[in-house]
Amino acid sequence: MLAYIVRRVLYAILILIGVNLITFVLFFFVNSPDDMARMQLGAKYVTPDALQKWKADHGYDKPLLWNSKASGPGKATETIFYEKSLRLFAFDFGAAEDGRNIGNEIRTRMGPSLALQIPVFVVALCVNITFALFLAFFRATYLDFWGVVLCVAMMSISTLFYIIGGQYLISKVWHLFPISGYAGGLDAWRFVLLPVIIGVVSSFGSSARLYRTLFLEEYSKDYVRTARAKGLAERVVMFRHVLQNAMIPILTGVVAAIPFLFMGALLSESFFGIPGLGSYTIDAIQAQDFAVVRSMVFLGAVLYIIGLLLTDISYTLVDPRVRFD
Amino acid sequence: MKALLRIFLICLLFLAGCEGAWNDPYSESVRGGMTLYSSFSERPKHLDPVQSYTEDEAKFTQQVYEPLLQYHYLKRPYELIPLTALEVPKAREIEGGKYTVYDIRIRPGIMYQPHPAFVASNFSLGKTEIDKLKSPYQLELGTRELVADDYIYQIKRLAHPRLHSPIGGHMNEYIVGLADYAKKLKAADRGGWLDLRQIPLDGVERIDSHAFRIKIRGSYPQFVYWLAMPFFAPVPWEAEKFFDQPGMAEKNFTLDWWPVGTGAYMLTENNPNSRMVLERNPNYRGEPYPSAGEAGDRERGLLADAGKTIPFIDRVILSREKEAIPYWNKFLQGYYDSSGIGSDQFDQAVRVSIEGDAVVTPEMEEKGIRLTTSVATSIFYVAFNWDDPVVGGSSERSRKLRQAISIAFDNEEYITIFANGRGIAAQGPVAPGIFGYREGREGINPVVYDWVDGKPQRKSIETAKKLLAQAGYPNGRDARSGQPLVLSLDTVTRGPGDKASFDWYRRQFEKLDIQLEIRATDWNRFQEKIRKGATQLFRLGWNADYPDPENFLFLLYGPQSRAKSQGENASNYLNPEYDALFERMKNMPNSPEREKIIDRMVEIARRDAPWIWGIHPKDYSLRHAWLANDKPNNMARNNIKYLKVDTEARAELRAQWNKPVLWPIALIVLVLALSAFPAILSYRKRERMAARPAA
Repeated sequence: MLAYIVRRVLYAILILIGVNLITFVLFFFVNSPDDMARMQLGAKYVTPDALQKWKADHGYDKPLLWNSKASGPGKATETIFYEKSLRLFAFDFGAAEDGRNIGNEIRTRMGPSLALQIPVFVVALCVNITFALFLAFFRATYLDFWGVVLCVAMMSISTLFYIIGGQYLISKVWHLFPISGYAGGLDAWRFVLLPVIIGVVSSFGSSARLYRTLFLEEYSKDYVRTARAKGLAERVVMFRHVLQNAMIPILTGVVAAIPFLFMGALLSESFFGIPGLGSYTIDAIQAQDFAVVRSMVFLGAVLYIIGLLLTDISYTLVDPRVRFD
Repeated sequence: MKALLRIFLICLLFLAGCEGAWNDPYSESVRGGMTLYSSFSERPKHLDPVQSYTEDEAKFTQQVYEPLLQYHYLKRPYELIPLTALEVPKAREIEGGKYTVYDIRIRPGIMYQPHPAFVASNFSLGKTEIDKLKSPYQLELGTRELVADDYIYQIKRLAHPRLHSPIGGHMNEYIVGLADYAKKLKAADRGGWLDLRQIPLDGVERIDSHAFRIKIRGSYPQFVYWLAMPFFAPVPWEAEKFFDQPGMAEKNFTLDWWPVGTGAYMLTENNPNSRMVLERNPNYRGEPYPSAGEAGDRERGLLADAGKTIPFIDRVILSREKEAIPYWNKFLQGYYDSSGIGSDQFDQAVRVSIEGDAVVTPEMEEKGIRLTTSVATSIFYVAFNWDDPVVGGSSERSRKLRQAISIAFDNEEYITIFANGRGIAAQGPVAPGIFGYREGREGINPVVYDWVDGKPQRKSIETAKKLLAQAGYPNGRDARSGQPLVLSLDTVTRGPGDKASFDWYRRQFEKLDIQLEIRATDWNRFQEKIRKGATQLFRLGWNADYPDPENFLFLLYGPQSRAKSQGENASNYLNPEYDALFERMKNMPNSPEREKIIDRMVEIARRDAPWIWGIHPKDYSLRHAWLANDKPNNMARNNIKYLKVDTEARAELRAQWNKPVLWPIALIVLVLALSAFPAILSYRKRERMAARPAA
């Protein structure tokens, strides 16, 4: 297993260089260093000298990818790409264009993101699997039919509708939870309860329907018939046999999603005023803050790679037939 | 499912146990007391007064930092009054007008807010000590008196090589030696704290501990207005030295994020992602609430606290609200004391009375919400690029074309459709409330309007068509080539929502049979096109920096041409007579003679029509009945110190408006139970079912 992990880590370095390069090219395809300087300095009284000074101070006065005026390795190293990308591999994210330390921001914002995402993830997983098992148990009955109808209806509605509707109904009309806001520490639960409910409800339709399909597929297999023939109760067949064997496809999606919990939820964080990493990324894109965009994309790529690796490892845990060699 | 339901019910029990309403968005630690609840939508980029320039940032910086001067809170037109200075400085010309000097004396006894930078032992903190800090205010705090050196230090910071002051370039032209000073600092900069006290600046001289002199090139009467902005607020050298310690920046402890001032408030919690908290500065000297205002202020209750010592509010909680819907709903629930009005909420909040005035709707009235309106010192216009061969230039042909388009372009309709009536059609470049702006008949633009029945009336489309024909484009076709006239308008697009306004723009030109091509792009490309002069028509706006007509009229001053000198004259308008008058006018104090020159300049501009004059937006804001002394001030944002809150009335109304409604929870539980019932029955039936049906 160790050799496998080492091999995957080596692949990861190449992937991360590629991700960095693509982010860099895409960002500078639509933004020039001059645009970034203007964005930071504002629209009034900006002189060409002030622009030049900003670029020099922030290291954007060099060529983007290739410095033909430099000699030797300097042609590649004395460039914006090299200087801005290299230190990411040491997880040194540097400072945002407004001067705030990105590492500190990520550490501070990770908490609120996780406070929202972990309950949504866990509760949604439990609810969706339970409901899918319920539908599978009552397959081909009116309960199954109306359950699927409900899933299809719920997955057809936009997340934004759930957020706005939830805020309106639960907070504005019923006055049960704060409509938005956040507080650190133990007080956080008051603010995350509403987004968690909405997060669970909005993911319900599509996930429950997918899991139901997976369970039904397992139901038709021989081992299920054998289990029943042994006289096992349907409850035992469901939870001990069907659920366990349907775990591989479920894990593929679920384990890979775990690292992404750190990255936050873009929409929910904005609407509920939760100061997590999702809203940080959105803000950075709007402010054309390349330093933050680059760092968040890099972090996302690292987490994705970790997620895939964890998925592979988790296969061996749920299915003894899977081996790394 | 049962377990989840239990957790949910436990949470509800917790909520029931909480003090205050269940939906109260404030935690107990910040609830109650003489607190003002407000919001901000954009994360501030800078709170360092040398770099900060946006209105969102001014909301914070102007409560903490005190420049030498401020605007009178109630009087209109805006009037400069001393803040930390003893008096508004008078310009004194020297060397035959080659230079102007301002001698400034500050009040003695003004103390800084408590801050760790004023304790010497805090200059040598270890990295571990810094790592443990959650806020700089956890350290031992000290203070000291404000001295003239602090103002001098800040003026020097305008040229700091690692700070990027937006007005640095502009001030280089005026403050003697500032440009050279920047070079000196660059040469002296070795990283780390740059002690500006050791490097003298020619244009700023210390007279004594509480007085200093600023020397500027030539005459620049508008310079005093800059002295009312945070760019000229005092910065103690100790603050720079304190925040420069290794490990501070990694914790985001910088002067850019933790302002240190003498103002009524100090920033004690700094989380620009979620919440900023301003608390009363215990060392604040206090200021009397104004005893005079403009007509009507007394009737509006704005002078009820005349002479009382301000500030009234102890704490300000500013929460970040990125989305309009939660922001608006929280205002209606009483969790924000005042609010702006988004276009989506306009109909819910405002209606037009029979007399034609904007008033709040009965729903708002029932809650005691009041509406305040004020015309902003801003202008949004459509500019013609003066360098364009078709619409630009001083020829009769292009002038008449511009005039015809100006008549056809119905700004009143635009205001009604797209701004809910929140604006007035501009008659020239100068905004209302600014010296030189004229009301009534004498203030109308005679190129576009006639005075009919005591109000301006836009000239008919026939008049516009006649002008168009005289310009050589009868029926929208070039008389020489017979080709249809096609013009292009560059603008920034925010998304599909702009389509309606683009269609409306096209329709205005269609009235003259002119085809309009909209070139929508992003802000950067748009700015680039204007810089290069690669536009024909474009939309732009301007917010006044200070209440002087020079700050509007310079937008049409030839040497400020954007394409030629990267100045603020984005339309590249050029008229030698206008420019000559501008040069005379800009150095004059407000007087009938100056007004006469402004009248002439406006007349020239109206005739040449380099802009379709566009609109002056009207700001509408709502406030709850418990908030007093709130008056819009377009020139300054240091208004919090004047505000007062009736906290008892607020608490009572909040509780009344936010009683939890519990029956839906019972209903949900009932529905879930009823849905589970047939499933349970069916499950039991299945479990008892035999493998084969009984024979």
